[in-house]
Amino acid sequence: MKAKHQRLILALVALVALVGAGLLAASALRDEAAYFYAPGDVKAKGVEPGKAIRLGGMVVKGSLKRASDGVTMTFDVTDGKASVPATFSGIAPDLFKEGSGVVAEGSFDDQGTFIATNLLAKHDERYMPRELEGMSYNETTRELQVER
Amino acid sequence: MHRFANPARFLKIARPLTGWLFWSGLSLLLAGCICGLFVTPADYLQGQTVRILYIHVPAAWLGMAGWTGIAVSALMQLVWRHPLAAVAGRAIAAPGALFTAICLATGSIWGRPTWGTWWEWDGRMTSMLVLLFLYLGYIALANASARQGAGQGGVSNVTAIFGLVGAINIPIINRSVVWWNSLHQGPSITLRGSSIDMALLWPLGLTLLGFSLWFGAIVLMRMRAILAQNKVEARMQRLARG
Amino acid sequence: MHQWTFVIAAYAVTLLGTAAVSLISRRAMRRAEAQAEALAGRP
Repeated sequence: MKAKHQRLILALVALVALVGAGLLAASALRDEAAYFYAPGDVKAKGVEPGKAIRLGGMVVKGSLKRASDGVTMTFDVTDGKASVPATFSGIAPDLFKEGSGVVAEGSFDDQGTFIATNLLAKHDERYMPRELEGMSYNETTRELQVER
Repeated sequence: MHRFANPARFLKIARPLTGWLFWSGLSLLLAGCICGLFVTPADYLQGQTVRILYIHVPAAWLGMAGWTGIAVSALMQLVWRHPLAAVAGRAIAAPGALFTAICLATGSIWGRPTWGTWWEWDGRMTSMLVLLFLYLGYIALANASARQGAGQGGVSNVTAIFGLVGAINIPIINRSVVWWNSLHQGPSITLRGSSIDMALLWPLGLTLLGFSLWFGAIVLMRMRAILAQNKVEARMQRLARG
Repeated sequence: MHQWTFVIAAYAVTLLGTAAVSLISRRAMRRAEAQAEALAGRP
């Protein structure tokens, strides 16, 4: 066997070992590296009240209510599996609205309501002109459809 | 592959290619920027800030493609002892690092009006920051260690091994938004198609192609500079010896 | 108008970086190749 081939095999073996180690580390980090908890995770695993976490999901359509003081709002966050109530006092980002994504920083109170101290808006991977806003997006076919 | 190992033969092709790549890349990327700024409509949700897409995505692409280039050069250097590969690794590092930094900067500027934050430690942003640190480590290692390959202008074998090891971060960046819950949205363009409407998508093609061609020209320029410096140094040594 | 501030900032950062890399790389190449050329001309 030529030295060149030896080096090639050595490099490939090292590369495979490296990728394997990297993937193992990444999958081990899967839960720890999660940036936020989804409502489904909260229901399944349980999060003790008072523990500072991030809660992420969609703001349920029709659930957003603003209190008379003008700064407090309540809304439900869902990930399709479960839904939890949340409340926030302060200035929300422009993109925060019903039917859109949100990541809230805060903790649960004893009643299971999430008390958010900060809101971040999470948008999805869709981009389209304003004229198309009346259209809906099909997740499986990745096509835009006219909403009836 | 060793057809281009001879610097003279490489330069014969690189010389005319540099200018061609540079000017076509620059005009394409500028055309893409102008179209992205003034021609395309605003996004239904984000409004005008969506225009940052046309530079943020190419910057991310150059940062990641740059390290892929470093890893491929490293493999060629370590396995086939290709002398120009070591020079290519050195040439890619600085512009690759700069565009990784630009990706982080434009992402931060984009995050403030859309998400409501300049920076969050989510999977995508953290792994991209790690890429910047890898670049800085590579540059430091390349400058500190002995020069070798194609008349001493390339990077050392240790640096090349570092380049190869660092490549593990590239698939992690790519998959970070799929593996972990993240603030950054999922991929818009996949094998199944694009979730960016055509009316907004087309300038991205111009800027992506333009920045890629331009980056190729920059790498060729930097390789030519290293090869010319080698020539000068070799000449100086011969003159000194008399 | 507020949104345009962010867009302009992002484009400025990118285009400044692009221009700087272009100028520095071009000048380094020109200088090194001119030096090599001058030395090659000497006996």
